[in-house]
Amino acid sequence: MKSIRSMAIGAATALAIGAIGVPAMAETPANMLVIAGQIDDITTLDPAQSFEFSGSDISRNIYGKLVNFDPKDLDAGYGPDLAESWTVSDDGKTITFKMREGVKFHSGNPVTAKDAEFSLRRAVTLNKTPSFILTQFGFNADNVEQTIVATGPMTLQITTDRRYAISFVLNCLTATIGGIVDSKLVMENEVDGDLGNTWLRNNTAGSGAYRLGSWKANESITLISNPDFYLGAPAMERVVVRHILESSTQRLLLEKGDIDIARNLNPEDVAGVSGKEGIVVDSELRGRLMYIAFNQKNEILANPKVMEAMKYLIDYEGMKNSFLKGQYTIHQAFLPRTYLGAISDTPYSLDIAKGKTLLAEAGYPDGFEVGLIVREAQERLEIGQSLQNTFGKAGIKVNITVGTAKQMLAVYRARQHDIYLGAWGPDYPDPNTNAATFAVNQDNRDEAGLTGQLAWRNSWDIPKMSEDTLAAVVENDRDVRAKMYEAIQRDHQKRSPFAIMFQKIEQTGRSKNVQNLNLGGAITAVSYWVVTK
Amino acid sequence: MLGLLFVTFFIGRVMPVDPVLSIVGERATKEIYEAAYLELGLDKPLFVQFFYYLRDVVQGDFGTSLRTGFPVSGDIIRVFPATMELATLGTLIGVFIGVPLGVVAAVRRGTWIDQFARVAALIGYSMPIFWLGLIGLLVLYGILGWVGGPGRLDIYYEDIVPTVTGMILVDSALDGNWEIFRNALSHIILPASLLGYYSLAYISRMTRSFMLEQLSAEYVITARVKGLSEREVIWKHVFSNIKVQLITVIALSYAGLLEGSVLTEIIFAWPGIGSYITTSLLSADMNAVMGGTVVVGLVFVCLNIFSDLLYKFFDPRAK
Repeated sequence: MKSIRSMAIGAATALAIGAIGVPAMAETPANMLVIAGQIDDITTLDPAQSFEFSGSDISRNIYGKLVNFDPKDLDAGYGPDLAESWTVSDDGKTITFKMREGVKFHSGNPVTAKDAEFSLRRAVTLNKTPSFILTQFGFNADNVEQTIVATGPMTLQITTDRRYAISFVLNCLTATIGGIVDSKLVMENEVDGDLGNTWLRNNTAGSGAYRLGSWKANESITLISNPDFYLGAPAMERVVVRHILESSTQRLLLEKGDIDIARNLNPEDVAGVSGKEGIVVDSELRGRLMYIAFNQKNEILANPKVMEAMKYLIDYEGMKNSFLKGQYTIHQAFLPRTYLGAISDTPYSLDIAKGKTLLAEAGYPDGFEVGLIVREAQERLEIGQSLQNTFGKAGIKVNITVGTAKQMLAVYRARQHDIYLGAWGPDYPDPNTNAATFAVNQDNRDEAGLTGQLAWRNSWDIPKMSEDTLAAVVENDRDVRAKMYEAIQRDHQKRSPFAIMFQKIEQTGRSKNVQNLNLGGAITAVSYWVVTK
Repeated sequence: MLGLLFVTFFIGRVMPVDPVLSIVGERATKEIYEAAYLELGLDKPLFVQFFYYLRDVVQGDFGTSLRTGFPVSGDIIRVFPATMELATLGTLIGVFIGVPLGVVAAVRRGTWIDQFARVAALIGYSMPIFWLGLIGLLVLYGILGWVGGPGRLDIYYEDIVPTVTGMILVDSALDGNWEIFRNALSHIILPASLLGYYSLAYISRMTRSFMLEQLSAEYVITARVKGLSEREVIWKHVFSNIKVQLITVIALSYAGLLEGSVLTEIIFAWPGIGSYITTSLLSADMNAVMGGTVVVGLVFVCLNIFSDLLYKFFDPRAK
């Protein structure tokens, strides 16, 4: 119902605006950044619990972390933030951080190693959804007092259960859950031993460029700048994100000059504002991948030649240039571009003849019949239809089943599908986040129930590749580690039951006078402190 | 009310969605999932759950919204005044234009003014409100700049006047801040006119038919024979007799608007109860849906009681 309604609304406005056109006029104040977005996914602002896109957009601007990405040079990877420097012990298990002197929380309390210790221990102890980002290094509620320790007022030591690549550990500390909270302020607001979890849901206690002004769920979020921010006071003194569901409404506000940034323009509205006086459309790569996966329990699909044939039977270009235009770009490896070790090889393109030859070699010259499950969402249905069409040209008859996200996911997790059309977004800014799911399956039995791993969900038994992938997790040389991932992905491209097709592009409408807006690419979230007007 | 609660509660519980999964997310571990499951009390039998729910509701606690993470009662206190403000203004517009229009159309039956009222009402009924809303926004806000854009206030006016009733027009007037009052008025006028137009269409048609029914009654002829002026006949005698029926119509139309007009709220980015309930429903946030439904039910009951009281006041037989 929702999609029909918004389509109808979209069509009506596109028509109307196209016919009449809107003159740009008003301007927002020079020290204020006004954004229209969709912020109804936020359920909490506590960095130990927040795990949604809009939440990380807010958190990144409020909480400093030990190490962080520089918005002006994301490709450089993590760099110092609240930790000025760090050293690694010889056994590779202990990292000692030296905290930056003179940084203060918004409350005026100094940022010390005690706060860092408190924040990381707290995230592990609370054990909320994103806690796995830290607990994968062997931290748990029982051992945090030994493994995460402030050894001096400005030195913090963390000890992992075994040796991991330093880049892996530090990348994970740049995630939202690595946010350092003001221990004193948080504990003053503790209720029933909740470590301030309730209070931090709609209050903030950080040291970053902004503090929370107000948060009205599904309505707006206001950030107020921190004039004492250690990198200098931000130019935008107030940042307001207003929840506006309709793309056409966002467009109208942008054209009118009542907002500076429109984050959820649909393709029609993007086309509509392109070239308008004073408005620029930015395209930025995000982390989400669109893929199809072949269940190896299905005998036909388990045939390597069949899998290869199907990878040639996908109309990558055609989809990218039609209904996915501007929203997705072709990408065929499991690490999104801008991740450490990402590759941009695209060995596959639509080649019906080659597909047919491969199918004949596999013993299916006349094709076969197979099921495809798709969740009920406009772009996925269109991808499903395109696949049905091109597979059909080689004789493969595709039966599409459409259902809600939850229904389809249940089938997928129970390994009962033939082909699954899905999307995957990285959980934290390290290549392991995707490698561990696309290329690790250490126990292929049904009882193992490794539902979090996509390789397991598709019954893909890969003892050797799992080993190689896990070896990359302990490689300390960052460049060698990147090379290892590149090699795994090239092998993965060839023989995995995954045809990775597209990577998400986010298009943003921006008023021309707003400079240096960086949404965080595939790897992190938006940074408001560098924005100028 | 108890019946309403009972039905919404059970519909909510038998729906094939997993509230736990909406809280912890697809990638949570088993332990985290189970902790949340117990926290929600989902391990207890349905009737026990319903009993706890009822006990909390009586104390004004509708539970926590899964989607916003805030208590549902707090959410409703925030969104309902926005709808109330819009619905009240819309109904006022509907009554003050619709009633006279209906009376005149009945008295001058068949003339151009009757035809005009008929066409206006027809358009009000049949034009999709989102289309009217978008065109209105485009022309009056986008091109002419006569009214404010989507939202309740310009963004830089937000959070200035203290919240007393939650209705910005009232709050800014109480605060004496007329600049904000004007700004809020410029934002509300378009959506309120649209809703007003919609209820005007209904109210004017009903008024017209009530009037026609009365005008053919014998007491009207008697009054005319007595030599009373036409004005007195219409307003004093005939109109007095349709007041009670009109109250029912107006109360119904007001109640309809108070439920929240989802499309209007979405187009005008108006954070009201209609879009609150709808988005909650779409994300399977049953606590919020049930809370919203109960409040809407309460509104109906209250309006009913209120119009009953008005009957007593206007209808001499009820005294």
